[in-house]
Order: sequence, then structure tokens, then C-alpha cells
Amino acid sequence: MTDERRKWHERLQVTLWTLIVPPTVWAVHFLFSYLWAAVSCAKAGVFAEFPTLFVIGTVLALMAIALSGWIAHRQTRQRGDPPPHEQGTDIDRLRFLAKSTLLLAGLSFVGVLFTALPVVFIGDCR
Amino acid sequence: MAGKSLVLWSLVLTGCNAHQSALAPFGLEARSTLWLTIVLAAGGLVIALGVAAIYVVAARAPEGKLTHESGMRLVLWLGAVVPTVVLTALLIWALPAMRPLPAADSDLRIRVEGEQFWWRVTYRQDGAEPLLSANEIRLPVDRTVVFELTATDVVHSFWIPGLAGKMDMIPGRTNRLVVKAEKPGTYRGVCAEFCGLSHALMAFDVIAMEPAAFDAWLAEARVRPVGQPRERGAALFAREGCGSCHSVNGEQTARIGPDLTRYGERLTLGAGILAPTAADTAAFIRDPQRFKPGARMPAYDHLPQEEALALAHWLKRNGKPKTPEARP
Repeated sequence: MTDERRKWHERLQVTLWTLIVPPTVWAVHFLFSYLWAAVSCAKAGVFAEFPTLFVIGTVLALMAIALSGWIAHRQTRQRGDPPPHEQGTDIDRLRFLAKSTLLLAGLSFVGVLFTALPVVFIGDCR
Repeated sequence: MAGKSLVLWSLVLTGCNAHQSALAPFGLEARSTLWLTIVLAAGGLVIALGVAAIYVVAARAPEGKLTHESGMRLVLWLGAVVPTVVLTALLIWALPAMRPLPAADSDLRIRVEGEQFWWRVTYRQDGAEPLLSANEIRLPVDRTVVFELTATDVVHSFWIPGLAGKMDMIPGRTNRLVVKAEKPGTYRGVCAEFCGLSHALMAFDVIAMEPAAFDAWLAEARVRPVGQPRERGAALFAREGCGSCHSVNGEQTARIGPDLTRYGERLTLGAGILAPTAADTAAFIRDPQRFKPGARMPAYDHLPQEEALALAHWLKRNGKPKTPEARP
């Protein structure tokens, strides 16, 4: 069984479902940030303070995105045919999905950072 | 050709308007926004020129000059890393500028109510009796001033381009705009949200004064003139029922039209549209719709010109500054 000799992140195969993990995390973080600010402004009348919960949420989101990006990155490095990886084979499909996941993870990472910055810098309900 | 250069010059010369222009700031917020604009425009130009230069080099380079790998690296750096770093830096620089300035309870508060098509202005400070005015805003330089903005009929927008960004005036809601003027002078503000027929004729004068001069003006303006001689103009004001809409010297409590107490020191007539001469004032009284279509003031065209002029002269004597050097 070759599977048992593989590392855990190699066993975790990138699929179309794991591809959408980074943007989904970004979307959830975005929604949470905006809803939280809106509810706080509407109900409490003041901008939400800069609490630990927001930092933890942002760090968790960044970690989840970085982790899926790293796993994807490892899988783009799997041994197989020489490039270009454009055949309809399993390994080429895997490498394509892994590369797409990696790029999406990069975008989502920056997206989460850009969503978090206004919360840190603005602090007003206007 | 002449037409083209005329258009070009008019575009260039709009930048020379120091009276009402975000390019000629006299306040803290407008100044930092101008800097942001300059940096963004210059940065955009540099990027556009850079892309054009790369395009020229790429179009002229022989095939195979760049390997697939170094091409991809170029895309990664110039297409992803550099834009991300630049945008992050801009965000970190620009976001703090969106923060409202801090204001203390003791700071001067100027309540401005948008009306079709003029501005009701009330100065409040330290629990003193509010001072009512209209279509003109005076504020001290180097002090924080809080504008409390609202409207009574439709949505208006309060914008003094040289001072700060615009802020909506919404009926039933008070928006706060905290500003700090930095340079004394006479400027102009406008309504920046379409509010009806005379929207474009709804402006106001802004006079930024040295703090001591402002304090002196406020103290003088708060003193209600007593024992006004009952002149002919005053009698006409009473006879024509002007006091049902306009108050003068706090003798009437009407708030439908602009307060005319210190009309004599105003720089413009009809909310920033005419010079406040007696002739123009008389013409406005006799036919407001000619100057301000849609205004709620009825025409007093039954007044003979001579009576309208007498009324205008009397109005112009109200609040005439006694010490000319106190004015900017």
C-alpha cells in the first residue's frame, strides 16, 4: 500500500470541492465583518470596538486559506509527466486543480487582509 | 483649432478657481484628499507609461528572448505582487483619512438645515443662546468645528469643496461633519444633491476668520440690537407681512424664510446667486421666481419700485458691520 507511505497532505487530494475552500473562507469572513459592523452600528449605535474576536476570526481565516494554499502547492509538485500538464490524465487534472487552488488561495488571502484593514483603520459608523 | 484650445484652456483654468475648488484647499480634510489625488494621478501616469514602455520593448524583442519561466515570473511580479503591495500601501495610507476628526463637547457647533433653496444656519457654543443666520457660514481657522447637517423638505447635500468632502442632509436625521479650516479667506459652498428647480442656485458663502476676529464677530452678532428706529423700511416690512416668514433681530419667530437680521453684512443675495445691492434686493423682492425658480417666496410685484428700494435699503442696514477691519 503506497498510500501509507505518503504524507498526510499528499493523501488529501485536491478536488473541485477543495478548490472553493479559500474563496468560501474569504466570503464568510467578508460577510461576518460587514454584518457585524452593520449590526453593531444599527443596534448599539457605535462602531464595534476592535475586539479579540475579530482578530481571532481574521487569523483563523488567513490560516485556513494559507493551509489550503500550501497543500495545493505541495500537490502541484507531485511527480509525473514533464510539462505542459495539459493531458486528460488523473495526474494532470490534479496538478491543474492544485495550481488553481493555489492561485485562488493567494487572491483570497489578500482579499481577507483588505477586508480586515478598514475595520482596524476606520472605527466609525458613517 | 481655436475651439479646441478654448476647451483645453477652460479645463486648465478651472484649477485656478481658489474660491470653490477641491484643488484649492483651505481645510485639513480637503488638503489630505488633494494629496491623495495627486499621488494617485501621478502613480497612475507612471504605471501607464511603464506598461506602454514594456509593450514597446516586448513588441520589438526577437522571438525567444524571454523563456517561458521568466515570462511567468514577470506576470507574477508585475501582475500580482507589485499591485498587491501598492494597493495595500494605498489602503493603509488612505483609510485613516476617512476617520472623522475628533471633536470635543466644547467645540463650536454649526447646525445647517437645507431648505428649497437656501440654508438655515445656527451657531451653538458652550450653552450660549443659539445665533440664527442664513446662507452664510463663518468659522474660525485652526479650531475644530462640528457641522450638524439636516434638511426639512428633501435631501440636500452640504459641500464646501475647499474644506472637506460633501455630506448628505437628510430630513429627520442629523449627520455630523467635523472640519478644521486652516487658511482665512472667503470661499463658497454648494448643494451637491439635486433638490429641485433651483438646485444649481443654492450656494452659500463661507468666511474663514482668525479665531480672535471670529470670537469678536460672534459676540457682536449675539447682541440683539435694541431700539431700532422705526424707519419706513421697517414699516413696509410690517405692512407687507414679511415677518410671517422672515425674522429680523429676533423680533419675529418666523422660520419659513431666511433670517434677515444681519442681511447687511452678507456677501451675496438669494443664497449665493446675486450681489447684495439694494437694486438687486428690490428686484428679488418684486420677482423672486425670476432669480430663483421654484422658491417658496411669493412675488411682491404690487410694491412700487420706490417702496421695494426703501425696504431693501432698510434690510441692508441690518447688521451692517460697524468695524470694517473686523471683516476678513
